[in-house]
Amino acid sequence: MTLPLIPDTHGGVQARHQAALDDGRFLIQRCGGCGTAVYFPRELCPHCGSAELGWEAPAGTGTVYSVTTVRRKPEAGGDLNVSLIDLDEGVRLMSRVEGVAPGAVRIGLRVQARVVREGGVGLVVFDPVSTEAQGATR
Amino acid sequence: MSAVTSDLKTLRGSAAIVGAATFGCGEAPGYTDMELLAASARAAVADAGLRMSDIDGLCTASASATMWSMPVVEYLGLRPSYIDGTMIGGSSFIAHLLPSMRALQSGQCNAVLVCYGSAQRTAAFGRKEVVASRRFLDPQPYETPYQPMMPLSAYALAAARHMHQYGTTRRQLAEVAVAARAWAQRNPEAFMRGPLSIDDVLGARMVSDPLTVRDSCLVTDGGGAYVLVRAERAADLPRTPVYVLGNGTAVWNRQISSMQDLTVTAARDSGRAAFAMAGLKPADIDVVQLYDAFTINVLLFLEDLGFCAKGEAGAFVENGGIGPGGRLPVNTNGGGLSCVHPGMYGIFALIEAVRQLRGEGGDRQVAGATTALAHGNGGTLSSQSTAVLGLRETL
Repeated sequence: MTLPLIPDTHGGVQARHQAALDDGRFLIQRCGGCGTAVYFPRELCPHCGSAELGWEAPAGTGTVYSVTTVRRKPEAGGDLNVSLIDLDEGVRLMSRVEGVAPGAVRIGLRVQARVVREGGVGLVVFDPVSTEAQGATR
Repeated sequence: MSAVTSDLKTLRGSAAIVGAATFGCGEAPGYTDMELLAASARAAVADAGLRMSDIDGLCTASASATMWSMPVVEYLGLRPSYIDGTMIGGSSFIAHLLPSMRALQSGQCNAVLVCYGSAQRTAAFGRKEVVASRRFLDPQPYETPYQPMMPLSAYALAAARHMHQYGTTRRQLAEVAVAARAWAQRNPEAFMRGPLSIDDVLGARMVSDPLTVRDSCLVTDGGGAYVLVRAERAADLPRTPVYVLGNGTAVWNRQISSMQDLTVTAARDSGRAAFAMAGLKPADIDVVQLYDAFTINVLLFLEDLGFCAKGEAGAFVENGGIGPGGRLPVNTNGGGLSCVHPGMYGIFALIEAVRQLRGEGGDRQVAGATTALAHGNGGTLSSQSTAVLGLRETL
C-alpha cells in the first residue's frame, strides 16, 4: 500500500526506509494483518507474523520516553543528547532532541520529528513542541 | 505446559559443578584470550579431579571470534561429542547450563567444560578497535547514527527511566557500587579494593547521565571455567558438588530501543523458569550473584527475580542492604564493578556462587550458605539467564 511514498528503490525495507529519509520523508510501517504500527522496518510483523506491512507517514509527534546525555569532550563534539521517543502511533525509536541543551531534555517532553541530512544521509531528529502547541495536542 | 515443567523438574539436581577456576583476573599483560581461557580450563579440570581427556562436552563463546568453539577444541586437544557455542553475550556461560544437563542426561557426553577468556584490558587489539569493528559485523542501523556510547548509554536510559518511574535516586545506584567495593575489599582476587564512598560515586566523572564511571563495570583481563558432570558421578569426585537445581534463559530484544519497558527485563522470565525448575523461591536463596555491568542492573534484577517488588530495589539496597552484613549478600566477590569484568562476566558470577557454596569464600564467606543464585545479562539488557544452585541437602 501507499508505495508512491517510497522512491523507486530496490532491495529490502531497510533500504527503502533510508531512501525515503534521504528524500526528506520519515516513514513507519503499519501491519495489514493486525493493524499495529511497526518500527524499525521489518519484512514481517513482529506482533502477528503477517508480511502485509505497508508504509505510512507518522504524525511525527511523540513523547520522550527516556533520555541520557553522552558526555564528550568539546573536541569530540561536546555533550550529546540521546533519547528514546514514543511516537503517538505507538512505536518507539532512538533519536536526539535538538533545539535545547542536551541536559534540558526531560522524560515526558512533547516533541516533533524533523528529517535532517548528515553527510548526505537522512536522519530523524526531534524538536520540542512549543508550550502552546503542547496544550493543543493534549 | 505442565508436561514441559515436569520434564524440567526431572533435570533438577541431575548435574553438578565439580570443578571451577579463574586465571589472570585483573591484568594479564602479554596473554591472549585463548591463553587465559586455556589456563582457566586446565585449572578447572584439575580442580574437578579429572583429566582434559575426560572432557567430551564443550561450551564457550567469544565477543569477537564467531567460530570460537573450533579453535578452543583445537587448542585444548578435545574430541567433544557435545558442543554449544551459543553466544548471547555475558549471560552465555550461565545459559550453557540447561542444554548441557540435557546432553549429560541423554548420555551424549559425560563431562562438560564451560570456559571463557579475554585479555580485554591489556590486549594490543583493544576495546576501541573491537567497538569499531562491531559497527560493521553487528550493525544496529537504527541506533548507531545517534552515537550512543554503547553499551553504557543503553543502561543509562534504563536508569533514567527507573528513576523517573519509581523515584530511584543516584544515591541508591551508588549504594550498589559501594556494596560491591566493600565485598571486594574482602576478596584478594578483586581488582579494585581501595575505599569507595557514596560521595565518591556521585562525584565521579559522568559518562552517560545518570551513570558515572563508578556506576560502570571494570575493564579487566581474565579467564574462567567450570566442569559439569552427572550428579551420580559428582559424588565420586574430590570437590563438594554444587548441584544445578534450576536454569532459565530469556531474550526479548537486542536493541534498547526495542525493549518494551525499560524497567522490566527478561530476567522476569528467566528467573521464573529457574525458580520453577528448582522448586524454590527468592526467600530460599542464601547468596546472590547478579551481573552488575552497571549499578542499575542490580536494581532491575533484584526486582525482576523477585527479591523485592518492582520499583523497590532502590530502598532495598539502601544503608548497605546488599553489602557485608546487609539483608541479602549480593556480588560477594565484588562483582563486575570491583572484582573482574573481562568483556563478559557471567561465568565469574557463577564461579563465585560455586565458591560460596563450597565454603571457599574466606573473609567474604556467607556462613552456612546452601543455596545460591547466579544471574547473567547480555547485550544491552538483551539476554538474561538465571541459575539456582544448591548443596546436597537441597536435593
